[in-house]
Amino acid sequence: MALNNLLNALIGGILIGGSATLLFWLNGRIAGISSIVASLLFTKDRLWSALFLLGLVAGAAIYYALGGSVPVPRSNFPVWLLAAAGVLVGFGTALARGCTSGHGVCGLGRLSLRSLVATLTFLSVGLLTTFVVRHLFGVI
Amino acid sequence: MPNIIALVTGLIFGFGLAISGMTHTEIVLGFLDVAGEWNPSLLFVLGGAVSVTVASFYWIRKLPKPVFATTFIVTEIKKIDRSLVIGSALFGIGWGISGYCPGPAIALLAAPNWEVWVFLPALLFGYGLHEYVSKKSQVNIVNLNDNQTSRPEQPTCG
Repeated sequence: MALNNLLNALIGGILIGGSATLLFWLNGRIAGISSIVASLLFTKDRLWSALFLLGLVAGAAIYYALGGSVPVPRSNFPVWLLAAAGVLVGFGTALARGCTSGHGVCGLGRLSLRSLVATLTFLSVGLLTTFVVRHLFGVI
Repeated sequence: MPNIIALVTGLIFGFGLAISGMTHTEIVLGFLDVAGEWNPSLLFVLGGAVSVTVASFYWIRKLPKPVFATTFIVTEIKKIDRSLVIGSALFGIGWGISGYCPGPAIALLAAPNWEVWVFLPALLFGYGLHEYVSKKSQVNIVNLNDNQTSRPEQPTCG
């Protein structure tokens, strides 16, 4: 893996942290994607949530339009397994009230013990799951 | 003004996700797969982001209020409960299977492929399922408490 990729990862991380900083400082809001989706779907806080998510898609679109590397889908990944994963991610992040951004980026930023527990939990369960899926069941 | 800020911060977030490589499942799973050819990218993304927020949030929390809003909207829940741990574990299973967490899955609408059209509806179904289940259990609590309880507060973190 090229050093360039790690530099891009670091730049991306700093931009994500910068975005979370601006949203919290200016609007007093936490840049947690799962909460923002939930507020778009189930609350009256729709407009800013919709605009943030629209920006999220547009931001990625700009990077891809500038020649950034576009993700290539897997060809042999089971559809039912991907769907099951989607339901688990949606239900799980709603139940835990946060995902990688809300608990990981913002929660750790607030030095929240809850978010530390959440982050360590989804990271360790994620590591274990990937091991089982890839090396015990051979799904890649 | 807050709406413009929401759009612009979303834009920065999405650009950051795309450049970081987190919309590529092989990079995310390359991090989670410690038994394979390990890819430390995710550590750089999370490390970069958290270094910024730890410093900035420390400073922001000292301010009396946000620039364009009346209060900071942050969850007051401090308890480490079953919902937090079980929810995070379920998320970890789905993440470890697919390589998608919610942000990258939505950002990928910018370059959609078949995986997006399977994962995103399933993700939304998962949110809907949680809303349905929590509303149902809330109805039971309301009945038990003789209609004294109102709807639970909306999630403010995550």
